[in-house]
Amino acid sequence: MAKELKLMKGNQAIAEAAIRMGCDGYFGYPITPQSEVLEHLMAERPYLTTGMVVLQAESELASINMVYAGASTGKRVMTSSSSPGFSLMQEGLSYIAGAELPALCVNVVRGGPGLGTIQPSQSDYFQTTKGGGHGDYRLITLAPASVQEMYDFVELGFDLAFKYRNPAAILSDGVIGQVMEKVMVDDYKPRWTNEYIEEHCPWAATGHRAGGKSTIVTSLELEALKQEAINERIQAKYRKCEEEDARHEAIQCDDAEYLFVAYGSAARICMKAMELARAEGIKVGLVRPITLWPFPTKAVAEIGGRMKKILSVEMNAGQMIEDVKLAVNCNVPVEHYGRYGGVIPTPVEIFEALKKMVK
Amino acid sequence: MTREDIIKPENLVYKRTSVLKDATMHYCPGCGHGTVHRIIAEVIEEMGIQDNVVGISPVGCSVLAYNYFDVDFVEAAHGRAPACASAIKRLRPETFVFSYQGDGDLASIGCAEVMHACNRGENITMIFINNGIYGMTGGQMAPTTLEGMETVTCPYGRDPEIMGHTMRLTEALAQLPGTYYVTRQAVYTPALARKCKKAIRQAFENQKLNKGVSFVEVTSNCNSGWKMTAVQANKWMEENTLKYFPLGDMKVNGKFDPKFIERIATFDQPNETLYSLRKK
Repeated sequence: MAKELKLMKGNQAIAEAAIRMGCDGYFGYPITPQSEVLEHLMAERPYLTTGMVVLQAESELASINMVYAGASTGKRVMTSSSSPGFSLMQEGLSYIAGAELPALCVNVVRGGPGLGTIQPSQSDYFQTTKGGGHGDYRLITLAPASVQEMYDFVELGFDLAFKYRNPAAILSDGVIGQVMEKVMVDDYKPRWTNEYIEEHCPWAATGHRAGGKSTIVTSLELEALKQEAINERIQAKYRKCEEEDARHEAIQCDDAEYLFVAYGSAARICMKAMELARAEGIKVGLVRPITLWPFPTKAVAEIGGRMKKILSVEMNAGQMIEDVKLAVNCNVPVEHYGRYGGVIPTPVEIFEALKKMVK
Repeated sequence: MTREDIIKPENLVYKRTSVLKDATMHYCPGCGHGTVHRIIAEVIEEMGIQDNVVGISPVGCSVLAYNYFDVDFVEAAHGRAPACASAIKRLRPETFVFSYQGDGDLASIGCAEVMHACNRGENITMIFINNGIYGMTGGQMAPTTLEGMETVTCPYGRDPEIMGHTMRLTEALAQLPGTYYVTRQAVYTPALARKCKKAIRQAFENQKLNKGVSFVEVTSNCNSGWKMTAVQANKWMEENTLKYFPLGDMKVNGKFDPKFIERIATFDQPNETLYSLRKK
């Protein structure tokens, strides 16, 4: 069986991708608007086919610590949640980063703060891209703008997580999680064997004292100088990641005089706003960051540097705009347009905001 | 006689198990942790599973347990060892998995994780060291602190009306269908340590049966936190702690011990030990 075309929700695509790419375990807890991830996995029962473990944990605290422990043994494990639940996972993510473990977590963002709303939002940008938990660390953050990307970014997320031995996040939102689109799915790939893990993950606590020496997975180092050395090693990985793995998509930027910078569902809405603007002769392009951390600073600097003005369009009160301003070093005026608290901006609203900025 | 004359295999009456590293432990003299570490290490050696076991250490005095055991170890966040152990056992069912926690870690911050791991009937071994206090952070009140007992966060004695009651969590876990073996042991005399070793061996052997959680509570002193000498602390433990937390099996092979059934029938009545401590 080769590739197949399916119609599915973004949340289901996450689950389907996990099964098909050979993920070893998923640990999750229900929360709207991402519960279909766990529901789809429980309906598919991959533990009977690929051997993937699926467990509904007692809380997000338990889920992220199950992911921490699973990752400690070299297995490819993941979790998903939505904003309030993702907040509960921050301590665990900090431990995963501190112990230098690869893992994948998905945040299907809803509006906050607090219990907020179950409607879509991008208000967790700061939390996800700047660390979120305690200590100096980053999450490698992927921002899907379609159901296809929800599918594709599961394997990509694991690849990046293992490349850097650092947690990776898929920062989605309630639109991409709930909308149904067609998805090209891959054939089933086998899970890694224990032998493969022993060979490729010498840091993993497999229980087998690989090389005759016991393996310890911990984020604890009480001596300040040693802890500083660990931090330096982690920061060196981050510099490498910024250099090698910042991703973006540039659309109609070549002749543009103005620029939208937007990610995820906001980028999709900007595509329609671009059509409206270009029909009226406003030459506007779009840079869509695919990785939010590392932020595509070079691309935004290079493309944005040529523009008269930049509009950062976000479903929040203005978070990514800070990274856009840093990228162009404030040499180009950058403005923000956003709706928040679960409200989705319309293409016409964004077009009006652009016209106001152009005047 | 020279040193060489003495060091001969036929003269050997005791040696450190190879499952313990040649490292000096940081535990206070008289504390139960060192003894329990040795017992677990001996059981791992005797069962021949040193190359097929993962231990989970907690946050608390035994946070550095991984520096002493020569087996693969994962250091958990505070209270989350049962969640960690659950995941590892499910992902690697062929591996022996044990968690090791103190009473602040297990009964306070980790109460949900231990309850649910026991309720799911995870096929793991849990070791619970109960000394009625937070040792590492400097002797604060734990859920297991006896009523009337003084700690730095209840310097006038634990008053249950404002600080809650002394928690018998192990008794609660025994009542969950997911637990297969639940027992309370101690290690402050050689006889008790030998008995405890039998219990821990059983708790590891049970993983071969895939019948659920095997849970061993070891009641210990915390002589530093209790501000006593080790000898005084053991005597105090015998006279007070063990009256409220009596030693013995609660559940064996998935069945309640008859004495445990008798004992839980008295849980709605005032406990003499607590009453006398509170009167002080």
